[in-house]
Amino acid sequence: MYSSSENKEIILKARNLLKIFGTGKDSVIAVDHINFDIHKGEIVSLVGQSGSGKTTTAQMLLNLIKPTEGNIELNGIDIRTFQGRNRIKYWQKVQGIFQDPFSSFNQFFSISKILKDSLKILGSNLKSGEKDKLITESLESVNINPKDVLDKYPFELSGGQRQRIMIARIFLIKPQLLIADEPTSMIDAVLRSNILKLFMKLREVYGTSIIFVTHDIGLAYYVSDRVFIMQHGKIVESGDPEKVIINPQHPYTIKLINDVPILHQQWEFKLS
Amino acid sequence: MKELLSIRNFKAYYQTSSEEVRAVDGISLDLNEGEILGIAGESGCGKSTFSISLSCLFPPPLKYISGEIFLDGIDITKLNTQEIRKSILGPKISFIPQSSMNALNPTIRIRNFAIDIVKQHEPKTTRENIIHRVIERFESLSLPKDVLNRYPFELSGGMRQRTLVILSTIMNPEIVIADEPTSALDVSSQREVIELLKIMVKKKIMKSLIFITHELPILRQIADGIAVMYAGQIVEIGSVSDILFNAHHPYADVLMSSMIVPEKGMREKNLPSVSGTPPDLRHAIKGCRFADRCPEFKKDCREKDIEMVELTKGSFVRCIHPLRTKK
Repeated sequence: MYSSSENKEIILKARNLLKIFGTGKDSVIAVDHINFDIHKGEIVSLVGQSGSGKTTTAQMLLNLIKPTEGNIELNGIDIRTFQGRNRIKYWQKVQGIFQDPFSSFNQFFSISKILKDSLKILGSNLKSGEKDKLITESLESVNINPKDVLDKYPFELSGGQRQRIMIARIFLIKPQLLIADEPTSMIDAVLRSNILKLFMKLREVYGTSIIFVTHDIGLAYYVSDRVFIMQHGKIVESGDPEKVIINPQHPYTIKLINDVPILHQQWEFKLS
Repeated sequence: MKELLSIRNFKAYYQTSSEEVRAVDGISLDLNEGEILGIAGESGCGKSTFSISLSCLFPPPLKYISGEIFLDGIDITKLNTQEIRKSILGPKISFIPQSSMNALNPTIRIRNFAIDIVKQHEPKTTRENIIHRVIERFESLSLPKDVLNRYPFELSGGMRQRTLVILSTIMNPEIVIADEPTSALDVSSQREVIELLKIMVKKKIMKSLIFITHELPILRQIADGIAVMYAGQIVEIGSVSDILFNAHHPYADVLMSSMIVPEKGMREKNLPSVSGTPPDLRHAIKGCRFADRCPEFKKDCREKDIEMVELTKGSFVRCIHPLRTKK
């Protein structure tokens, strides 16, 4: 199994990332000069409340929006070289999974077509038979029987199945880095553990690095090698989850962790 | 303790000309004065349908099928819409909706919502009296009273939801039903709303509370008892510590062990792997509804419908092979 301490190879660097939306007095600083590295096979969680800038960061890392200032490097190459037609080369290495498995798919395409189209991103000239084999393998990796879904349309599947097909896409493309923006927040708790196990498998089999973007502190604690706590566009605290989540130092992190309901301790109530 | 609410084998289905969904399929429970009951379950288990049904208004296609809901000894399923609107909703039962943004008209000041609500039930009370009463309520709960002069969009999410709690309870209802009242909030606002609800029960502004959520850690903080729902039925009901740490129904156990919380030891925990989905409630199901997914499945689980049995006082389970019971 990969772990951050044994493997120091850096695959992604973010330096002084700044994103400002709007201009003049209406402008909003969504991400405020953040810096971090992502190592090979590492799982990092970007934790914050709504409006903290975590999704904006994810979108910049996915090359969907451009930073106002600062720079992202993938394997030492500046993200700005992946523009226009070259963007697809970036997406061969960095992929995303989003919160809502309902809106991630085109309703008019069968699962089989959706997965075949995903293969196009690799730009390879595979024969139809080889494509089918890869698709079958990827669906089996996420514990779906290909026969059950290939001819179906996205709206015929349950939320959990749809999210697993999103993950099957990742098994197909095998990116170096996966950015998962609230991937389990619309999935029932009982099925969530199955989905999380698939992410772990992705890391184990292909050494994929994963960035979880989430407001769920329990999830971040459970899956991550490192966590970054974001507030007002800044990373206020980062490091080993045992340190950041069990023994937080920054006042914001302390307040945040203190307000998360847990199972073995009850809040004290003061009757005013 | 005085019993406030008693529900017996209550059923409410969604009915259209071609289909029937057995969303709430035989629920029985009791609620005492001063008690906070949590209802836990996952999407589609019928927990929200059940909460709507407690209003006894049954908006179509929801339809009352059978069973009784006794409130202070009166079966409210037998009342007509007018009687329910006049004497039940507001003074006896009140609802706190999930999204305060959608529940409050953005063009109306908070104080006018309060006036509207009270005037519905007490047409003769003056505006000044009502405003006075609301200010008192805000002050007694240490909330800023200038909220009353604001519009809903001027308030933060947490303050808006707390305001909604106060507006919903201005008639001092006996039973308050809150369906995921904190799911749209960040954790700090969530905590404020939970503390407010708990204090209001302690201060007897409401006599009891039914809190519906899919998150067990929240129920740990607020509830006295928990009912776990699965596929339209309650599968287990008991005290918070029983359900969380000593569950007897395999589904309640799986639900609990699927919870991920930031506390020591969590990283070493293995999450359960249960596959499949809950059964389709359009079709009749024979035997246990969790049988297909149950890690403890045995042959006789599907033979006949499973009834609730009382294991110890106040602890009921719908399982013929319950966990953690001495044989």
